[in-house]
Amino acid sequence: MVADFSFGALVIAFLIAVYGIVAAIYGARNGKTEWVESARLAMLLTFPLITISALGLMFLLVTGRYEVEYVAQVTSNSMPYYLRVTALWGGQSGSLLFWAWLMSAFASAVTLRKWDRDREFLPWVIAVSLFTLAFFLFLIVIFENPFSRIWRMPGGEFQVTMFQPAGAVLASMRDGQGLNPLLRHPGMIIHPPMLYLGFVAFVVPYAFAIAALITGRTDDRWIRITRRWTLVAWLFLSLGLLLGGRWAYDVLGWGGYWGWDPVEISAFMPWLTGTAFLHSVMIQEKRGLFKHWNMALIILTYALVIFGTFLTRSGVLSSVHAFAQSAIGPLFFGFIGLTFSISMYLLLRRWDSLKSEGQMTSVLSREALFLLNNLLFMGILIVCFWGVIFPLVSELVSGQKVTVGPPFYERATAPLFAGLLFLMGIAPLSAWRLSTARTLGRLMWKPFIFSLIVGLGLPLLMGIRNWAALIGFFLIAFVSSVTLYEFWRGILARHRSQGENYFIALRNMTERNRRRYGGYIIHLGVVLMAIGIIGIELFQKETQATIPQGGTVTMSGYTLTYQSLAIFDTTDGRNVARAVLSVEKDGKKIGELYPRRDFFLESQQPMTIPGVRSTWEDDLYVILVDWLPVSSQGASFKVYLNPLVNWLWLGGLVFILGTLIAAWPDKDPEYEQARLRRRVYQADLKRRNAEA
Amino acid sequence: MEQTEHTETSSAGRMKFIIGGLLIVAAVVYLIISSTQASAQYFLTVDEVYSKGADIQGRELRISGAVIGDSIQYDPQTLNLTFTIANIPGDNKEIEAQGGLVAVLHAAVMDPNRQKLVVLYNGPKPDLLRNEAQAIITGKMGADGVFQAEELLLKCPTKYEDAVPDQAE
Repeated sequence: MVADFSFGALVIAFLIAVYGIVAAIYGARNGKTEWVESARLAMLLTFPLITISALGLMFLLVTGRYEVEYVAQVTSNSMPYYLRVTALWGGQSGSLLFWAWLMSAFASAVTLRKWDRDREFLPWVIAVSLFTLAFFLFLIVIFENPFSRIWRMPGGEFQVTMFQPAGAVLASMRDGQGLNPLLRHPGMIIHPPMLYLGFVAFVVPYAFAIAALITGRTDDRWIRITRRWTLVAWLFLSLGLLLGGRWAYDVLGWGGYWGWDPVEISAFMPWLTGTAFLHSVMIQEKRGLFKHWNMALIILTYALVIFGTFLTRSGVLSSVHAFAQSAIGPLFFGFIGLTFSISMYLLLRRWDSLKSEGQMTSVLSREALFLLNNLLFMGILIVCFWGVIFPLVSELVSGQKVTVGPPFYERATAPLFAGLLFLMGIAPLSAWRLSTARTLGRLMWKPFIFSLIVGLGLPLLMGIRNWAALIGFFLIAFVSSVTLYEFWRGILARHRSQGENYFIALRNMTERNRRRYGGYIIHLGVVLMAIGIIGIELFQKETQATIPQGGTVTMSGYTLTYQSLAIFDTTDGRNVARAVLSVEKDGKKIGELYPRRDFFLESQQPMTIPGVRSTWEDDLYVILVDWLPVSSQGASFKVYLNPLVNWLWLGGLVFILGTLIAAWPDKDPEYEQARLRRRVYQADLKRRNAEA
Repeated sequence: MEQTEHTETSSAGRMKFIIGGLLIVAAVVYLIISSTQASAQYFLTVDEVYSKGADIQGRELRISGAVIGDSIQYDPQTLNLTFTIANIPGDNKEIEAQGGLVAVLHAAVMDPNRQKLVVLYNGPKPDLLRNEAQAIITGKMGADGVFQAEELLLKCPTKYEDAVPDQAE
């Protein structure tokens, strides 16, 4: 009953979306505003309809209606309620529905904005958003229906369909298989929604870009409208990536946070183009350059968003050969190909009206450095893309299966990331239009000397001889000193001219120019993250040992003593083996660690949860890998020392804070101007009246 | 005069940008090619390991095979683990044609005439390492004909595998 109802809502949402596309295009073509208005209402209506459907699925999940196949796949009796709710995005069909739900929320929010100044965009924004939405609804309704039920046929065999086959009865299932245990973690509960919000929100700037191309209003209006949308999308995407890394570190038990697997990369790729876009739109706003490029970037970002959704959900790449097995694979590729070629066609058609308003003259000018920044981001993107498709290419070309692993990505991207860091240090100092080595040098030499001493000299004194790390630390010192120096200069100027104290000056300055100072804070976040990344990537140590009870293992000044091991069953269906280790540093006891292994009985899956002692200096990360079951006297541990990794998470927080500052709504500048004008006019009127 | 000067500087400026851009493109291409060569991993079957012989020495390989249960030896003190794998086809279609992974693994272990490869690994013994499991092993071929594994990945084609659809990110 609930399943039928929810499915019905979904089908209606699909039909309405299709209607909305037609109405919007018809209205725009024939100048009939009532049709556009009708399309707008259609877009608004998709949200409540998909909400009904999503809530319906949640209801089925929470109440454990295992006759619904999806419910049986991702929930079980032993799962607590909050996990059953989050199982909405625990499997493929549910997460597609979740995607569509978020998408309709964003699309509806867009229609509610004030459109008086750019009404000509409205029908095309509706058409593009609804086209995307309709595609996902189509996939869900036809191929990935989360409401399909399991029926027992008269012959006793089972069949999964939406509607009752003749003579079949609903299979009554007592329990489900349960959510993949790896996903039962707080990080995993919020990580997918964040990623999805990021993906979905990028549809909005894309829709405006396409609207600008179609209507021919190709000034930077669309960029100004979508600036905040893009930042919000980017914020969620960044959050999603960070949370994913944190989850991997906490739960996956391989001592790392990022494994360069294709699914991670597919979420990272739209982030790369999105970041490049955020930088290069500034050049269009300030200098009227790069208009083609910005269009191309947002089109590419959209394509990568769809590609990423597909990869993260279909599991295509877990086995390279599984393409044929997934019914929705070809459809996704068809959709990406179609939207990409239409977008490119529209871009080429408007090519001439997107001519730059000037040209770059100086190689060290701000705009030239931004261009370089974009090239580096594209370089990283190409490396990632190549790594993902290389197995396919090599098999097609040579018949030989070859893959590339993390070393490929690390080697190929490290110089590009270093280049980006270096730019982060120079670009804020360089001027628009014209900068010379001399003007830059004058601004740079102080931070440069400082970072030579602190970033290079200090690590050398501490005995670090790894040249990659030395370059990294130098760049980190350079960027942070330049950025902090910029803050200091701004504060000092305000302090002198306005007589504000330093804190007020900092606040006012940031508020006046959120985008600039928010951006600098993001840069500082990146620098902090770089400290953590260098620490764990270049200085991670690991050891493994099998030790008897009371035995010890040592690691860089830490001594771990194996105290005891307990094996027990929990009420939620896990068999847990939990070791107790006491930790001493330089002979002083500093705490205990409890690495454990949970074995999920339903799904027969183990999950390794490390014991971690985290400080700003390093993380001691211990995994229980094996134990002798009978006597429980000896156990094997893997011990990692991850230097500085905590800075990565701190940097992530700073990064998000900076994005929030940059994205925080300003007062609408045009509205402000109008108000100001009105006030002046009224004052004028009053004066004249008084004179009269 | 001023006009010509302007065009001159701008075309010289343009050249600078083009050269700079090409340099970056070249750097990225170089990075990709050299890193691909340095870290490519070749997927091979056990048969292919023997047929390629000396070609693959020192190369990063990824080999798939069926675990022979009786051959598993593990010393929990030193964490030294050795076992033998038997050749199975590398192609999914071929596996399907021979009746699916379970049947292929079973046949490989039962067949005494299959090519076999001894694998050496140092580390904890994975739970899933048992008879007729599929092992996917990353590492290098040693000069002694023993495969030095760096990473073990095991798949048990049981019902539990199917019970975990594409959920894991």
